[in-house]
Amino acid sequence: MFNPFTFLLEPLQFAFMRDALLMGAILGVLCAVTGSYLIVRQMSMIGDVIAHSVVPGISLAFFWGWDLTLGAFITGLLSAIVVALIEQRSPVKVDAAMSLTLTSFFALGILLIARLRTNQVDLTKLLFGDILEVTPSDVWRTALITLGILLLVKLFYKELLFYSFDPLGAQASGLPVQWLYLGLIGAITLTIVATMQVVGVLLVTALLIGPAITAYLWVKELHQMMILGGILGALATVGGMYSSYYFDLPSGPAIVLVIFSGFVITLLFSPRQGLLTRHWRHPNAQP
Amino acid sequence: MIVILTLTMLEVCHLTASYRNHLALQDVSFVLHPGQVTNLLGPNGAGKSTVLKALLGLIPLHSGTILWQKTPFRQHLRRVAYVPQRSTIDWDYPITVENVVRLGRVRQTGWFRDLSPRAKAIARYALDRVGMADYGRHPIGELSGGQQQRVFIARALAQEADIFFFDEPFTGIDHQTEAVLFDVFAQLKAEGKTLLVISHDLGNHLAHYDQFLLLNQTLIAAGSQKEVMCPDCLERAYGKGFFIRAA
Ligand SMILES: Nc1ncnc2c1ncn2[C@@H]1O[C@H](COP(=O)(O)OP(=O)(O)OP(=O)(O)O)[C@@H](O)[C@H]1O
Ligand SMILES: [Mg+2]
Repeated sequence: MFNPFTFLLEPLQFAFMRDALLMGAILGVLCAVTGSYLIVRQMSMIGDVIAHSVVPGISLAFFWGWDLTLGAFITGLLSAIVVALIEQRSPVKVDAAMSLTLTSFFALGILLIARLRTNQVDLTKLLFGDILEVTPSDVWRTALITLGILLLVKLFYKELLFYSFDPLGAQASGLPVQWLYLGLIGAITLTIVATMQVVGVLLVTALLIGPAITAYLWVKELHQMMILGGILGALATVGGMYSSYYFDLPSGPAIVLVIFSGFVITLLFSPRQGLLTRHWRHPNAQP
Repeated sequence: MIVILTLTMLEVCHLTASYRNHLALQDVSFVLHPGQVTNLLGPNGAGKSTVLKALLGLIPLHSGTILWQKTPFRQHLRRVAYVPQRSTIDWDYPITVENVVRLGRVRQTGWFRDLSPRAKAIARYALDRVGMADYGRHPIGELSGGQQQRVFIARALAQEADIFFFDEPFTGIDHQTEAVLFDVFAQLKAEGKTLLVISHDLGNHLAHYDQFLLLNQTLIAAGSQKEVMCPDCLERAYGKGFFIRAA
């Protein structure tokens, strides 16, 4: 007999699963909040750039005996600044600048790992994440980062709303848009650094973008997108981890596919934008 | 009275600005007076939007000075309301009309503070002035182009600024919205505000403006309708054969 209680409770008897689930839920919320800004600024790709660009930082930090997170944060942030500089100072289009920066930083990272013999940096774990490695102190750190970022978003919400909706208007009214951009990029880099342990650098954008863009299809204001996105993100990571536990799947990909399923369902059935709901309401309308 | 007028004007002297290596404005000088609506005219690519961006400090200046009451204009940007050209906005952004207008109060409110009930009342009143009071809860993307334009005018009104810059507010709007806009201009004028409006209209509505600036990289003519709308000046701005096409 299927018993939903044992189904839900069984994984919780393991300490590592409790930590992983808690961590996943927190990250689901954090990613939706910072990811919402990526979406509305139309710069989802920058998430990918930063995620790949943490690799050289991790290698260097490992070599010098620093905290890996610090190295990851520095090169991740640097890559976003490089993209912004190329975009502002040359006629090169932003997508080309991003592709070039992403691959170059990633290549540098692989090269450094080989050259500095920091092979103890487990490349597979880096790329795909490993929830089994989550420790209680990781959970604490992630919770603190999340609280900090949520607080900052609350404090600067109206300025960030202005800047992300109408950057030119915001700049004209005298808001320090360069600093707002840098703050946003900093928060996104922190989010990615915190998240990559769970899903790895290759899949981290899915968690940043997926729940928030799903929420976008349901609501009409940025803060609603963040709240609903946070709930969806937490549900998706937890759901992904349960399926990973029961079907013996790698957790990162499982989470990403749960997120994508939620997105597809919304795309078909959401009340305002759903492809099928629209069809049912106006059966003869052109799609 | 004259003393006040000369004190509060906006003086632009020898403005030169460029994008990378393309010279967009060369030695442009003019004066804007309070209680006047100035029309900035010129062909596509003349540098009209660039004038506004240079005034607002959105692009770096090569040379030139901009003064407000004899002090650098940079210190007075809070007094300016700017309505950008439509194309710079992402209309799919998840935001309601009400909140777009409230953005006009962000700078006045200052950091770390929520909008006060008074600020929200100002925003509501501004929306009412452009006849959009019933649309507060609508997403901005679900309005027509003219309605969106009105919302942005409302945002500018909510700023309670002294100086207003409008970049082509008349593109793609109907007569009704046009009438609302000219109404708003007249009210602002009566309140002693300074207005600079970019438009492509050379015909029916020139009576609404007090001063004209004809631009094509350099300032070709400035002054009253009679002084600026002369065949010679227009030909220098728009090129030969302009009248044949316009006829
Ligand atoms: N971001 C930019 N980078 C490089 N050149 C630019 C940029 N923006 C404008 N220009 C150039 O500067 C010149 C003036 O442009 P501007 O946008 O001020 O013209 P405009 O008078 O507003 O034209 P329109 O009527 O089409 O709006 C044009 O030749 C244009 O090609
Ligand atoms: Mg223009």
